[in-house]
Amino acid sequence: MATTALPSRGYLEDDTPTVWAWIKSWLFTVDHKRIAILYLLAINFYFLLGGLAASVVRIELITPQGDLLSSDLYNRAFTLHGIIMVFFFLIPGIPAVLGNFLIPLMVGARDMAFPRLNLFSWYLYMIGGIFALSAAVFGGVDTGWTFYTPFSSTYSNSNVILTIAGAFVMGFSSIATGVNFIVTTHTMRAPGLTWFRLPLFVWSSYATSLIIVLATPVVGITLLLVAIERIWGVGIFDPALGGDPLLFQHLFWFYSHPAVYIMILPGFGVISELISTFSRKRIFGYEFIAFSSMAIAIIGFLVWGHHMFVSGQSVYAGLVFSFITMLVAIPSAIKVFNWTATLYKGSISYRTPMLYALGFIGLFVIGGLTGIFLGVVAIDIHVTDTYFVVAHFHYVMVGGTIMAYLGGIHFWWPKMTGRMYNEVWGGISALIIFVGFNMTFFPQFVLGYLGMPRRYHVYPQEFQVLHVLSSAGSTVLAIGFIIPLVYLTLSLWKGKLAGDNPWDATGLEWTVSSPPPAHNFDEIPVVTTEAYAYPPEAAERDAAAWRPGSPL
Amino acid sequence: MATTTTTQGSEVQGHEAHADHGHAGHGRELQHHFETAQQQKEAATLGMWVFLVTELMLFGGIFMAYAVYRWAFPDIWAEAAHHLNTPLGAVNTVVLLVSSLTVALAVNAAEEGRNKRLIRLLGVTMVLGVAFLGIKAYEYSEKFAHCAGYKTPFAWASGGAPLGETECLVPGRAFVFPEAHGTTAADAHNEVTPGQGSPYQLFYLLYFISTGLHAVHMLIGLSIVGMLTFMAARGVFTAAYSTPVEIGGLYWHLIDIIWVFLFPLFYLVH
Repeated sequence: MATTALPSRGYLEDDTPTVWAWIKSWLFTVDHKRIAILYLLAINFYFLLGGLAASVVRIELITPQGDLLSSDLYNRAFTLHGIIMVFFFLIPGIPAVLGNFLIPLMVGARDMAFPRLNLFSWYLYMIGGIFALSAAVFGGVDTGWTFYTPFSSTYSNSNVILTIAGAFVMGFSSIATGVNFIVTTHTMRAPGLTWFRLPLFVWSSYATSLIIVLATPVVGITLLLVAIERIWGVGIFDPALGGDPLLFQHLFWFYSHPAVYIMILPGFGVISELISTFSRKRIFGYEFIAFSSMAIAIIGFLVWGHHMFVSGQSVYAGLVFSFITMLVAIPSAIKVFNWTATLYKGSISYRTPMLYALGFIGLFVIGGLTGIFLGVVAIDIHVTDTYFVVAHFHYVMVGGTIMAYLGGIHFWWPKMTGRMYNEVWGGISALIIFVGFNMTFFPQFVLGYLGMPRRYHVYPQEFQVLHVLSSAGSTVLAIGFIIPLVYLTLSLWKGKLAGDNPWDATGLEWTVSSPPPAHNFDEIPVVTTEAYAYPPEAAERDAAAWRPGSPL
Repeated sequence: MATTTTTQGSEVQGHEAHADHGHAGHGRELQHHFETAQQQKEAATLGMWVFLVTELMLFGGIFMAYAVYRWAFPDIWAEAAHHLNTPLGAVNTVVLLVSSLTVALAVNAAEEGRNKRLIRLLGVTMVLGVAFLGIKAYEYSEKFAHCAGYKTPFAWASGGAPLGETECLVPGRAFVFPEAHGTTAADAHNEVTPGQGSPYQLFYLLYFISTGLHAVHMLIGLSIVGMLTFMAARGVFTAAYSTPVEIGGLYWHLIDIIWVFLFPLFYLVH
């Protein structure tokens, strides 16, 4: 059929006559790309806020005495850091920003299956965020992000309910996103785009959505029960009233362990895209990477007990959970090996996104391997609730998720905004983040192994050197996060025009203009090739054609 | 990577221009971003099924708590269940099951494009749903009336017959489970006082939370059915387009199924 297409306009352009109409065109948009931008702004705001709380914690820990914060205030500071980072940055981060922006483009659709639900999820996120923020403004909460009972339900005198309400509402925002991803992937794929032609980012987002849909309601009801117990003084988790506090831990970790995979799986997807593009090769072992995402999603549901080795669960349960925990290492390792195999004989260009991807691999390997240490009951009992655990999950979440988030933002920035960022500053800040990150968190492995417990602001003199090293590293890390904020913002005005496909990448999102038109595709494309259709000799040709100053 | 072919008349309006776009070649109800009505229907149905899974997991948390405590206190559970109003619960079960039937018939009527029948069946469904909530409200108020010292809510309102023994099955500080009469194995648990600090209250807590959450879902279900009735009255549904009725019906069935589990778990465990 002949199209009546007008010249396509980017989704960022408006013909709104007044400022109010412009604001409305954003706040009531159902365009997945605009919703992604709304999320980008909100999520980065929370990231900076969570980072601020972390800075307070690190400054306090420079000296062994508690001279900046009282112990109560310190509890509230690290809780704020944890809650903001987990619920309002790490969990929604990559799916809500990159996923929202990319999945319809990658599957060749005009929008998500449920555009209004998509907008609704952003509002839920904002409402949840306002609850959590108001809890912080009215004095904070001191339970840690885990809300363990009976402390949270009975003894804590901080704003537990407001915070729980925030996490609860935010949970429904993720559920809405998850439902949208699943349905979009199933029903909105372009003709010819079979499951095994999907980009791996779509696969990993799909696996993530399965976890979101299955696990989030459980933590929702659990937090609701805590709130009910707190408000009415009834005892579902209170041992004094016949309840079982361990039940809370089981229900909580049934969500919160899979939530770790909600954070990292989309990151895996981003890294697969980056590695393939910047090696100029089709990805090695496509099916294995795709299925390993699904395997992680499934096995991830069976390992929650490894958070409870010292909580008094049965030894046999501990052994089983320990064994299944080690199984997760297999699909994770499959991914890492496939990425490195993709690099092999590739024509590798060290652009900023690639630097993040390589950093991701290194840091994730350390984070993942220490995860196996912690999965071994005997070692876990020794280092439970020490900085070893803190270092481990920061390696996975900061070294993994944030590296992937930043790598993805840089990679798709030209697509989202139509402009290139400053490559020199990009490379510099990626290196600063890598160095700062290791300086911050590697000493914490040592601290934890030597016996420094987490969540204390007063510590023995002998730990000071390592703590100061860690705090110094966090300053470097903070600088590394601020630099991209500056040059990415500047690039909106000063950046070079990117063109449709600045990286010479495959994928449907690179076939539309940058920034993409409001309805993505004037004509729905028909897909005839695999996802990473670099010809076999692409890497060689690319290497041979390389000249100093070449963009790739 | 890809070549392009045709689709229907492409929409290249701005974000705000949805209202005035031409509907050439497809029905009014097909949204912009779908290619075919079939695709839109598949998406809506799958979306509802996925959402129902999340609902099951939401109730799953409560069922888990129920299983743990039932396992821990089987005798107390058996005894506590005697103090729920089983006849009313049974009537409610029948009411809901019949409403499921009317919804199923309504979906069928919508698919056949029989609009009058559809409106009537949705109306009956709403009546049944309201009846369920009314009976549930009576059951709740009975428990509260007992706490206030009256036999029935009506007696409470009119200052009528007081309750013989002290009983307050609403969890909270006033909770009192009446002394176990006679011979049940619960006597073995005599070190457990019948007041708030006893596992008895866990049973009623779970009862109130799960049936309360279920009632909230009933309210949502009722407003959905109400909206469908309104849409049907305006002639939105045709034999070719009845997806909202179908997915609304799915939601209603879910509420029913959850009740079908709640009823035996709380009323019939003795």
